[in-house]
Amino acid sequence: MEPSLETYLALSGILFTIGAVGVIFKRNALGMFMCIELMLNAVNLTFVAFSRYYADVTGQLFVFMVMSVAAAEAAVGLGIIIAFFRNRISIDVDDASILKN
Amino acid sequence: MASNVLFFLFAGFAIACAISMVYHKNPLYSAVSLVGVFIALSCIYITLAAPFIAAVQVLIYAGAIMVLVVFVIMLLNMDDDKPLSRLRYLYAVGGGLGLILLAQTFFIFYAVMRTPKHAVNADETAGNTLSIGTAMYTEYLLPVEIVGVLLLMAIIGGVILVRRFDPGHLKLVVDNELERRHEEDEKDDFRIAL
Repeated sequence: MEPSLETYLALSGILFTIGAVGVIFKRNALGMFMCIELMLNAVNLTFVAFSRYYADVTGQLFVFMVMSVAAAEAAVGLGIIIAFFRNRISIDVDDASILKN
Repeated sequence: MASNVLFFLFAGFAIACAISMVYHKNPLYSAVSLVGVFIALSCIYITLAAPFIAAVQVLIYAGAIMVLVVFVIMLLNMDDDKPLSRLRYLYAVGGGLGLILLAQTFFIFYAVMRTPKHAVNADETAGNTLSIGTAMYTEYLLPVEIVGVLLLMAIIGGVILVRRFDPGHLKLVVDNELERRHEEDEKDDFRIAL
């Protein structure tokens, strides 16, 4: 007997919650970036679980697309973090206030 | 039974690593914990009969993306995460958001459990590389091409974002920033780091 669909969905929901709370609690941009990756992974888990339970390969193709977007996000997001660090010598998101004054 | 045991083992490992990622202040510890989450999820994908996704998960997430993140952590050489200071109310916001999301999760759990059971299709070929490749290059050819263009744009954007300033501008930025913070003695360290 294997775990039912709802246990996979529950695990995915718990991981997504941890990621969402982490985005709010983390102060540095890299930590927030990693929490967003965790949220993307939680959604991937639901895709794969539904793909398994409906024996449809489309869900796994969506996972592939999400991974590609995550890779693009990593390249651009880390570039932004490095550019930000070069301008403010910090990656604390509280210091990202150039547009404020 | 065995797959049940494996699922709860890896699910517990994933949740523990995720909590450890949010808890640790040092970004490097967070990164290593996140690799743990990725590995655990990869094992869960194998129990879901999706070996291709499991392999890609390890290759792309645990391999490529986390190596990039660790490179950036080493490159920037920053301090530990500071505790929330000005925005103390964010603790309440974060806790509230977490509770709402958890409630939604268990509502979904309850709703899915109550629906009539959909018989699991025993078709084991749905997750193998052959069926994914066939779908990818016939039915989903256009999205795959668009993803290729997206990745090219991301590469170009990344290169343009992190290209070096000329030394004069860099000196100006470092001087301005350190003057603002009154930390003259650390100036040389930052020049070397940048």
